[in-house]
Amino acid sequence: MLDDSAFDLRKYLNNNGQSAGVWIALVALIIFGLLRYDNFGSAYNIVSFLNYNSMFILIAIGMCFVIMTGGIDLSVGSVAAFTSVCAAYLSPFGIEVALPGGVLAGAVIGGINAFVIIVMRVPPFIATLATMLGAKGGALVISGAQTISVDWSSNFTKFGMEKAFGILPWTIVATLVVFFIAWIVLERTPLGRSVLAIGGSEEASTLMGLKVNRAKAFVYIFSGACAGLAGVFLASSYGAGQPLEGIGWELSAIASVVVGGTLLTGGLGSIPATLAGALLLGLVFNILNFENGKGTISLSAYWQLVIRGGFLFVVILLQTRVIRKRQAVS
Amino acid sequence: MALPLLTAKSIDKAFSGVAALTSAELQIEGGEVHGLIGQNGAGKSTLIKIITGVYRRDAGTVEFDGGEASFINPREAQSAGIATIYQELNLVPLRSVTENIVMGNEPRKWGGLIDWKTANSQTKKVLSDFGLDLDVERPLGEYSTAIQQLVAIARAVSLNAKLVIMDEPTSSLDDKEVAVLFGVIRQLKQTGVSVLYVSHFLDELFEVCDRVTVMRDGQTIGCHQIAETDKFELIAEMLGRNIEDIKSAGMTDFGGGEAKRGEVLLQADNIGTDNRLRAFSATVHRGEIVGLGGLLGSGRTEAALALFGVDQLTQGRMVFKGEGFEPDDPVTAIRSGLGLLSEDRKAEGIIPDMSVRENLTLALLPRLTRAGQIQRGREREIVENFVKALGIKTADIDQPIRELSGGNQQKVLLARWLATEPDLLILDEPTRGVDVGAKLEIQSIIREYVDRGCGVILISSEFEELVEGADRIVVLQDGYSVSELENPGISEDILIAAIAHHHDEVSGANA
Repeated sequence: MLDDSAFDLRKYLNNNGQSAGVWIALVALIIFGLLRYDNFGSAYNIVSFLNYNSMFILIAIGMCFVIMTGGIDLSVGSVAAFTSVCAAYLSPFGIEVALPGGVLAGAVIGGINAFVIIVMRVPPFIATLATMLGAKGGALVISGAQTISVDWSSNFTKFGMEKAFGILPWTIVATLVVFFIAWIVLERTPLGRSVLAIGGSEEASTLMGLKVNRAKAFVYIFSGACAGLAGVFLASSYGAGQPLEGIGWELSAIASVVVGGTLLTGGLGSIPATLAGALLLGLVFNILNFENGKGTISLSAYWQLVIRGGFLFVVILLQTRVIRKRQAVS
Repeated sequence: MALPLLTAKSIDKAFSGVAALTSAELQIEGGEVHGLIGQNGAGKSTLIKIITGVYRRDAGTVEFDGGEASFINPREAQSAGIATIYQELNLVPLRSVTENIVMGNEPRKWGGLIDWKTANSQTKKVLSDFGLDLDVERPLGEYSTAIQQLVAIARAVSLNAKLVIMDEPTSSLDDKEVAVLFGVIRQLKQTGVSVLYVSHFLDELFEVCDRVTVMRDGQTIGCHQIAETDKFELIAEMLGRNIEDIKSAGMTDFGGGEAKRGEVLLQADNIGTDNRLRAFSATVHRGEIVGLGGLLGSGRTEAALALFGVDQLTQGRMVFKGEGFEPDDPVTAIRSGLGLLSEDRKAEGIIPDMSVRENLTLALLPRLTRAGQIQRGREREIVENFVKALGIKTADIDQPIRELSGGNQQKVLLARWLATEPDLLILDEPTRGVDVGAKLEIQSIIREYVDRGCGVILISSEFEELVEGADRIVVLQDGYSVSELENPGISEDILIAAIAHHHDEVSGANA
């Protein structure tokens, strides 16, 4: 008979979306890493892993909100490149100015997205494709296509390279703050409910008097601001504004969101699961590095892309099943 | 007379054991405009789909143009000469008018290349036969829906259609466009093409049709020369009533009610919108249920959309709670104290993936929020109270609403509005698709709510529900409110008579 525990697990995953799946995969991968590699659980590895991935986690959180409304934001990678240059130029004034400046620059581009999508009724894919090109061009223009070195004498680089109270890097602290705010907004506020309701049925949301346009404007501005903050991290951690970075970041962010079980059609999603998705995709890379380090295999870094693609494929297959099942119900 | 163009005899069709058609009949003469009417679910579209090869029939025969016709797909029906103009036009809006008309039959020149010059002039000629002068090289999408529909008809005719089937062709047209369409239909008739005209608008049938076939419950009830019938007879047949009852009921006193009304809550004076609402007037008092009666397409739902700020007024004025009222959007209407339970539960009501709890409190969130956060405890309390009070059957208030039965989904949506405590609640088909038990429960919930001093506007296609549930009924026809009935004293026959009366007759009867 086939109705053994393996099938129960599949049923469980089907019933709980993929957010259960991503946690299981994440825990499994961590246990695998802990058992196989000596330094995998070291403070150094954990901190540097989180530090590097904090940018992607931020962008994925912003993207998650957009996708939950049924939209998409392709501009985030370019926005991060653009704001890294902005932050580099603002670095002489210190992090107190450069950080809000970078976030604001990202939020402004998000605001443009929101305007074009809501007022001019351009589909999100097209609108954010345009700002993706625009922000990319903007970054190259204001930087002269050069990396812009930051002012090392100010406290700007301390943000990306030093630890808060000697415990955790500032980038990780800031990411955690954004994560908790996003989580609370989604789960506990009318705004979060509206975001999910719009993704579920925009028509019903309008008819029951939800402020649909306001919620949609929020998600694009928030996504832009998250990308803006990621750009500040980039400049602060690597000591330079990098107009050529950010290529493909929007796709990794979408991948993290999808692996976290958020439906691309909107209406269903989770911030913790998005975090798990981003960590999972990051861990694939981390573990490949360890494996290469052990000398048992020698896989190039390009293989991580292939493996990430495999993850995505499996998740999307599962999602399609869930959607089909749901349609069968209703 | 010559052989009929189309004869469908004793057609049976069942879907997974449920009969949709039982020995249905339809006969269309050559060069005839033939109306087909019936309530929703009467079997009109099933019959059409069998004729055009979308469905296979279980029994019966179809003869078309002198031969046995068993089309296995719409394409075969089309090449035999049956063209169907659907509500959703299957044309390509981004391509030119010419391309849309000649697609698949492009005139060729040497080497197999498309001869655009000939194609354009052919198209121009086809269209000018209909009295249309278009720039045929412009994209079709630049023209209005009406023109696009005419182009679809032109395409059918240029493919030598002998029978053109039009399914609700006027539902998205304005009056002027309807007139143009009727001109084209008469034109078709003159050239010997037959038209099968499906419509909910009875007036239109009397304007263009030669004969009309009435269907009810999957059966053909009657076929009449339009000149020898009247609306009374057609409506009586559509609804399965005795015509004499309706006629006599129409002549009796409409009866006076003694509903314990409170102050005037809402007054609408001759309001109209661009969405088929022409001139609607009604008054709702506190403590009463006002029903909106009328056939499909009479403007019942459109009146609700105007009151709720979805459609903007083009004429008339409204007074709500003693003040002038013209909401720009549902948000404003809700803030003023209105609620609308919409007709299409699946598309406009539930958020399927959200839980019962979340669905129930969505419209209430602003009031459940303190310091920016939803008060979860109060939320649960409110939801649990409503689940208990309305007898909503759910395993858990966090169960996704899509897993509930239709009746329970509807109760959740009703609770959503009751929780916001609106002064006036508009209910559009509140018991559609709901089982009998839940239906009675929903009706008593509504009555209880009104007794607390609120007002309700009740829209229903079920005459029984209106007659029993409403204190007064405002009757609509073609976007006009034409008469008003008061309980006690309304019977279904009286209501149907009022619906069937033409505007002019009604103004006399409603003294």
